[in-house]
Amino acid sequence: MRQDTRMRLEIAGVSHSYGDLSTLDSLSLAGEANGVLGLVGPSGCGKSTLLELICGLQDPSAGAISIGGATATEARLARCALMPQRDLLLPWYSAIDNAALALRNQGMGRREARGAAAGLFGRFGLAGFEAARPDELSGGMRQRVAFLRTLIAGKPVLALDEPFAALDAITRAEMQAWLAAALRTAPRTVVLVTHDVEEALYLCDRVAVLSARPARIVAELAVPRPRAPERDAAVTDAEFVNAREAAMRALREGSR
Amino acid sequence: MRRRLLPLGLIAFLLGAWQVAASTGAIANALSLEDFLVPSPAEIATSLWENRGLLAENAWVTLKEILLGILCALAVGVGMAVLMHRWRLLRDAAYPLIVASQTIPVVVIAPILVVWFGYGIGPKIFVVALFCFFPITVNVLDGLRSVDPEAVKMMRSLDASRWQRLRRVEAPAALPSLFTGVKIAVVISPIAAVFAEWVGADAGLGRLIQSDLANYQVARQFAAVVVLSAMALALIGLTALAERRVVTWR
Repeated sequence: MRQDTRMRLEIAGVSHSYGDLSTLDSLSLAGEANGVLGLVGPSGCGKSTLLELICGLQDPSAGAISIGGATATEARLARCALMPQRDLLLPWYSAIDNAALALRNQGMGRREARGAAAGLFGRFGLAGFEAARPDELSGGMRQRVAFLRTLIAGKPVLALDEPFAALDAITRAEMQAWLAAALRTAPRTVVLVTHDVEEALYLCDRVAVLSARPARIVAELAVPRPRAPERDAAVTDAEFVNAREAAMRALREGSR
Repeated sequence: MRRRLLPLGLIAFLLGAWQVAASTGAIANALSLEDFLVPSPAEIATSLWENRGLLAENAWVTLKEILLGILCALAVGVGMAVLMHRWRLLRDAAYPLIVASQTIPVVVIAPILVVWFGYGIGPKIFVVALFCFFPITVNVLDGLRSVDPEAVKMMRSLDASRWQRLRRVEAPAALPSLFTGVKIAVVISPIAAVFAEWVGADAGLGRLIQSDLANYQVARQFAAVVVLSAMALALIGLTALAERRVVTWR
């Protein structure tokens, strides 16, 4: 994994529409290098579309997205790794082969790729599950394999689309603390889409609140203490609670 | 247990009824036929045993036609499906043609093939392949198209080339559909092979059945049908077994 690639993300006046349906309305946003940018908004507001635009899977109808200074589709595709909403682990591969998928795609041999992924399995609480089939893993473990698969691609920017939406409340809180720790050890520029305000405020450095479609920015909030080691203490902190209220107000405002 | 015993019981009952009706001459009398035209199961079994060499020889020819025909259908069908999946233009151009190919009455084309290519194994393989390639092509194409578009986006974002996407996502996802196609092909292939032999052949179960018909060798004719059915059932069983071994994630 390349650890030295710090890249800034810049979204400048991006609008997007499918035919007559306008989904994004001149958004401008920036994600600091190795910082976590949160996108919160009502369901169906175009957050997933924005991630696809960032990752170079689509091009915006207007405006530009630059990653580390490059705006070309191919450059964005090369510099971002997308973690889609559902884990999408491939059922015909074992956990380790799913995690090593990007390395195999990049031309690494199977043994070498498995070796590289195996080194991270222990660190991510997956030791002993290398050969497991995806359907033998719990929801939280599947999500960790999917995150590992995204991280291992070695891209400077990670685009995470509601990574924990499918999990129950307790597992979700655990996974948030886990992701915070993972990002402390392997910092990346991250764009995190979520509809969970608390999740955004806990994990991100900055949070942009989007309106209903066509999405525009209602508010941008700086987070008091991102990725604090003690999650439960952090989310009950007075400053955190105030930030959450502000975000909820902005969300309600934007949903109207 | 009950699931296995019930059909076996039914078969035993039907065979028993047939045995009694045939050996007492009841069927022959009812149809005003000579007794030898209505063989009993016991007579068919005797014929099966006495003619085992001849039946095996001809069954081998038919089996070769079936297997080579399915193999050709697989090669052409999977190849066509992958190409049509890759190039939309080709799919739009070729799909109607492939459907149209199924409307060709094989009854008409098989004799022409015999005229063109003679009595050997070639025209039989062609007829079997013509029957089998349609279910294989259509099912594989459907399987390839059924792939989750989100999975394709994930693969693109993880640096997968088109070929890698096909190999690691689309092809495995299409495997169950491929087996569905092959199972249909396996079921219809003996019919196709026998028909192709019927039109003109120097060997094979279909040809044996035809010549026995002309010589009133009715017991041996039934014996050949028994061999053909057993062969088809074995092929279906083998396909199901292969599916369970290959598609382990379902």
